[in-house]
Amino acid sequence: MSPAMNVVGRSVPRSDGIGHVTGRTQFTTDRSFPGLLHLKIVRSPLHHARILGVDLSEAERVPGFVRALTHADVPHNVYTILGLIGVEPEEEFVLAEDRVRYKGEPIVAIVAESEDAALEAVARVKLDLEELPAVFEVEEALRPGAPIVTHWGNNTFMYEGHPCRRVRFGDVEAAFARADHIVEGVYNTKPIEQAPTETTACIAVPEANGRYTVYTNTQAVYFSLDNTAIILQVPGNKLHFVGGTVGGGFGGKVDVIVEPLATLAAMKTSRPVRYAFSRSEEMQVSSTRSAWRIYMKDGVMADGRIIARKVTSYADSGAYSRQTPYALTKHAANAAGPYAIPNVSIDAYCVYTNRQPSSAMRGFGITMASFAIEVQMDKIAEVVGLDPWSIHFINAYRDGDMKPHRKLVEDATLIETMQAAAGLVGHELPARFRAMTSARRPEGGV
Amino acid sequence: MVKLRGTGLSAVNYPTGMNLGGDPSQALIHATTSGSFVVSLSATDLGQGLRTVIGQIAAEALGVGMDDVVIDTADTDTGPHDMGTFASRATHRVGNAVIAAAQEAREALLDVAEDELEAARSDLEFDGQGNILVRGAPDRSMKIADIAAAAQFKYGRTIAGRGVYMKPRSPVDPETGAMDPDSTEAHACTVAEVAVDTDTGEVTVLSIRSAYEVGRQINPALVKGQIVGGAWMGMSHALYETTQPYYPDPAYSPKDFSEYLMPGAYEMPKIECVVLEYPSSNGPYGVKGVGEMTANSPIPAIVNAIYHATGVRIDELPVTPELILRGLDARARAARLAETSTTPDS
Repeated sequence: MSPAMNVVGRSVPRSDGIGHVTGRTQFTTDRSFPGLLHLKIVRSPLHHARILGVDLSEAERVPGFVRALTHADVPHNVYTILGLIGVEPEEEFVLAEDRVRYKGEPIVAIVAESEDAALEAVARVKLDLEELPAVFEVEEALRPGAPIVTHWGNNTFMYEGHPCRRVRFGDVEAAFARADHIVEGVYNTKPIEQAPTETTACIAVPEANGRYTVYTNTQAVYFSLDNTAIILQVPGNKLHFVGGTVGGGFGGKVDVIVEPLATLAAMKTSRPVRYAFSRSEEMQVSSTRSAWRIYMKDGVMADGRIIARKVTSYADSGAYSRQTPYALTKHAANAAGPYAIPNVSIDAYCVYTNRQPSSAMRGFGITMASFAIEVQMDKIAEVVGLDPWSIHFINAYRDGDMKPHRKLVEDATLIETMQAAAGLVGHELPARFRAMTSARRPEGGV
Repeated sequence: MVKLRGTGLSAVNYPTGMNLGGDPSQALIHATTSGSFVVSLSATDLGQGLRTVIGQIAAEALGVGMDDVVIDTADTDTGPHDMGTFASRATHRVGNAVIAAAQEAREALLDVAEDELEAARSDLEFDGQGNILVRGAPDRSMKIADIAAAAQFKYGRTIAGRGVYMKPRSPVDPETGAMDPDSTEAHACTVAEVAVDTDTGEVTVLSIRSAYEVGRQINPALVKGQIVGGAWMGMSHALYETTQPYYPDPAYSPKDFSEYLMPGAYEMPKIECVVLEYPSSNGPYGVKGVGEMTANSPIPAIVNAIYHATGVRIDELPVTPELILRGLDARARAARLAETSTTPDS
């Protein structure tokens, strides 16, 4: 550390630590407001269905019922959260119109005087649904004749005319032909919940000046404000978002789900409205980490060098894509891992199924790539007859190497990091790995 | 019952920031009359300690103590735009924006200090303890608080600064995938040790030991917090968690933490780490993002350790006891078959 540093590099205590451990920190739903209403959602009990009718008459008679919101109340009901950064098309329904595409999809929002009254009214809404065939398996979803989840006729997100995010670098097939070994794996992972301590929540409060203050635990206040303004078709200056203190996110609080409906309900009722996910909504309805299937094929020389890698990956996006298209791009950029591989081909598909949507989670697109890559490394070591440490050092990238997505490596420190790990666990490295550095290779070197 | 032990290795890289850029963060800083600095932002503290880390960066960049910095964040009426806290971007992006804003605020302070101290700007320096000194003249110094008060009431000036950091948005070539998906890359290497019970298929993680290279640690205790918490999450992903245990069948989805499995305190192994610092070229004080990556390398390290313990290769997550027992059964069957076929009549 530079000797000039005063506070950078010091383990100063967390400024909010005492408040957190003594229970004095105010989280979103710790706030109370006079006249607070509660919003609960009528959700689809089926994975895929046509909506033939919604009967609210019994729900409206529940004591404490205030009003219901349907898709007809939402000014811009079909949206795409990444529309703010130019991702198209708009595809997700704030409240379902004629079809539901996953079990748990919101159909009607009920606003009531108490949480119990809201839940009671939700239970009394009668849905007339016609069940449709559903698809849950990523490769089945891509076969001809599969039930179509999207409104554009196939079950993949389209990347500038391609059904997948592609990387093409070198000549993979030629390299496979001259490789001494081919090592293959199919890696499958299941959906995972972000599991924050605090569930997703907001409270929207009408102010005397005609604006709406929205207390929220979003990970991104402007992203949530801007998406809410689009969905509600109000100028952004009508909205005031307050957040910043969040009981865990892990990617689970970057979808804009609760704020638009709570704010709409506050507009329609002129009262503060709270919309907070229960734990079961967090687990069964809100976005998860995608399930992945990753086919990985490596061409390896007898000395342990990986000379080619072909990857076909499928992320199960569920019924709507949310942040997943971006995760596939991140995945495609990182599917070679921290290794210098001269021939790489990657096809990464964002696949729609009739499942609760997946979206962002810590490690976005990379966590499962790293799982597949590193189990491959262990298999390669075994096939070649070297120990796993050797395979890692032999293939480690260095500054100045070209990555498959055609960016030169900079800030490489994999070798130094592995040397430190070997030191930590007391693993004696051979001299040639101890002497290795991540510095640029000599001209013409490998 | 036999407990088989094994060790597994993994290494990972992780990019800092939204992969294609175009994700700005802004900061505004102003001095109060008492010489405190309010840093206005719209970043979110998810519990990782962002307020603390940004407070440290602001104090360092302004040349004042931590107590003189107030972080006011995530109120869209007062905070300037921020893309959000995700993509291991907050310390990198917001930190850079805060440094830029602090530099502008320091210039405003120096404008006033030149007049108040009757010294040339080139002779003025910050001592990092809340004072501006005249180089070579120890008796001529002023508290920043007094300069801020003078700026306000004597000169009618603001002490303020604006900062923004953005990696410009870049496109992806849809044919080749050519793209610029990171600002910098952090690295980790993990060694996991496990014991596998051959009767129950249960895995006990004995230790998770890692080296991390994170550019620069603003707050080492908080970096370690990420590493320990991430090791727990990685272990949880490797062995326990899923919302759909029979995926792709969507049935039997858990409703709460009594049905959704995660390791508790009892299951926690020994977690050790060393942290290396090779400053990045573009992070504040050389920072790289450490937020997300800490869950990644423990997963394959544990799965590889299970293989080295049992000889059972498992290519799916989570690795349940059922998968391990089925794998052990398959190995035993294969061994019996091999024995039968290699014990001919001889």
